[in-house]
Amino acid sequence: MNGVHDLGGMHGMGPIDPEANEPVFHNEWERRVFAVTIATFGGGNYHVDQFRHAIERMGAANYLSTSYYEHWLHMVETLMIETGAISRDELNAEQTKLAKEAS
Amino acid sequence: MAKHEHTAPPSDPALRVKALESLLLEKGLIDAKALDEIIDTYENKVGPRNGAAVVARAWVDADYKKRLLDDATAAIAELGFSGVQGEDMVVVENLPGLHNIVVCTLCSCYPWPTLGLPPVWYKAAPYRSRAVSDPRGVLDEFGVSLADDVEIRVWDSNAELRYLVLPERPDGTDGMSEDELAAMVTRDSMIGTGVIQAPK
Repeated sequence: MNGVHDLGGMHGMGPIDPEANEPVFHNEWERRVFAVTIATFGGGNYHVDQFRHAIERMGAANYLSTSYYEHWLHMVETLMIETGAISRDELNAEQTKLAKEAS
Repeated sequence: MAKHEHTAPPSDPALRVKALESLLLEKGLIDAKALDEIIDTYENKVGPRNGAAVVARAWVDADYKKRLLDDATAAIAELGFSGVQGEDMVVVENLPGLHNIVVCTLCSCYPWPTLGLPPVWYKAAPYRSRAVSDPRGVLDEFGVSLADDVEIRVWDSNAELRYLVLPERPDGTDGMSEDELAAMVTRDSMIGTGVIQAPK
């Protein structure tokens, strides 16, 4: 099935703009997303096709306006909820708790 | 007056991943020590120096190069590089008049054991969209200008197959050791968005 992720040949995406001496991660949250993803994937919670499909199901505008590790974050949240490992309510509650602590 | 309460889930990725991580840790679904090891591996241990060692070996050892082009996965494993996102490797050789370039139009497939994690531009829309339709224009953006009669082959990676470019050995490197050669090999030369300059 095609979709916004199927970018080959698409026009109008702008310059490539490679970054010289690019770090492996640009900030701490990317590091955490990467590690949580590899750990949950390695733990057998989902397989690679589910991984890609969860990203490919993102809305087109959301997909194009978010960064790579935001795609991964969306994927892990989606799959851990869909497989029943956690619930959306639990995740929302944890986010609210952390947001309050930070404010 | 009561402080306004935000009920919508926060969209800040830093907060979202923190919440996800703490929930998964609390449930015992991930292990804190394993997370640290994963980060250390991909930030400090795996990277394009691995691929550079493969290229340099192929330049100095004709038998190794033949094995590399015949069965890249096995030949790369001879040097100790294997694992996730490198299970099925194909090496494509640059030759006079032929230049190879690798992309993953659908997502971000990339040979982790030999090149480490991909740079942002490799995973972003501009490169993925244009590498297949205008490779010469893309190379121009990387400062690589090829003669008009050089054929460019574009390889679209996927989850089952990942490519590594074997760049041409530059002139003027005859007396160099394998380590010295490896030090010349850039990440981009193994993606195909760079060429290796001859030593001055």
